[in-house]
Amino acid sequence: MAETTQSRNRPVYRNIHVTQIVGYRLPPAGIVSILHRVSGALMFLLLPFVIWLFDVSLTSEISYERFTSAFVAGLGFLPGWFMKLVALALIWAYLHHFIAGVRHLWMDMTHSVSKAQGQVSAWITLGASAGLTLALAVKLFI
Amino acid sequence: MMEKNYGSKRLVVGAHYGFRDWLAQRVTAVLMALFTIVLVAQVLFGARLGYERWSAIFSAQWMKVVTFVVIIALLYHAWVGMRDIWMDYVKPVAAKLVLQVFTLVWLVGCAGWAVQVLWRL
Repeated sequence: MAETTQSRNRPVYRNIHVTQIVGYRLPPAGIVSILHRVSGALMFLLLPFVIWLFDVSLTSEISYERFTSAFVAGLGFLPGWFMKLVALALIWAYLHHFIAGVRHLWMDMTHSVSKAQGQVSAWITLGASAGLTLALAVKLFI
Repeated sequence: MMEKNYGSKRLVVGAHYGFRDWLAQRVTAVLMALFTIVLVAQVLFGARLGYERWSAIFSAQWMKVVTFVVIIALLYHAWVGMRDIWMDYVKPVAAKLVLQVFTLVWLVGCAGWAVQVLWRL
């Protein structure tokens, strides 16, 4: 490989340390990738909350009331707007994980793994998940 | 031992769970994606959504079976994903084991609860 002055002066990261992450500029595909993990871990941690919602929304008409009031009157010491924010975080996580997953399947099936394709599909993923989340946020809060 | 050791008959070492989990994660993902479409379609098309209609969706026996399959798919999918995260970021063996056991307990517990909700209906 031809080495140019420019490439020799580039910062080299091996075993990225936590403090280096801030200064490390990820390409869009890298952002999609790390958010795929973050959204997956978030949904894993909030899984009991999701099943609690599943439980109270289905069990009876009385518990259904508790389900709807959690997002209006709040739940315990947590206010309703906070519960809506948690729901919105879950909505974003689901949408991002879903779209990034479809992107993965599409890449696996069509072998679309060029740098340009990866960049375009990454931007589409980020835009679609952010856009849909925004639309649902409007529906949730207004 | 002059067996041919290349191509599809190549002797590979290892436990093979890498490929199996890679494939399982994709298969379970497709199942969950299809379920999402089925559920969203049922929620969007029909009368105004309240307790009656919401519980009717999950009262149908076919929907219970499909939802059960998706709960199990989610269990496996999340296990593979979380194990990948622990393997990548947690190096001490003891901590990794504790976190993996926690993940399994967490997921199996959640799956059991979800199944209970489903069949109580």
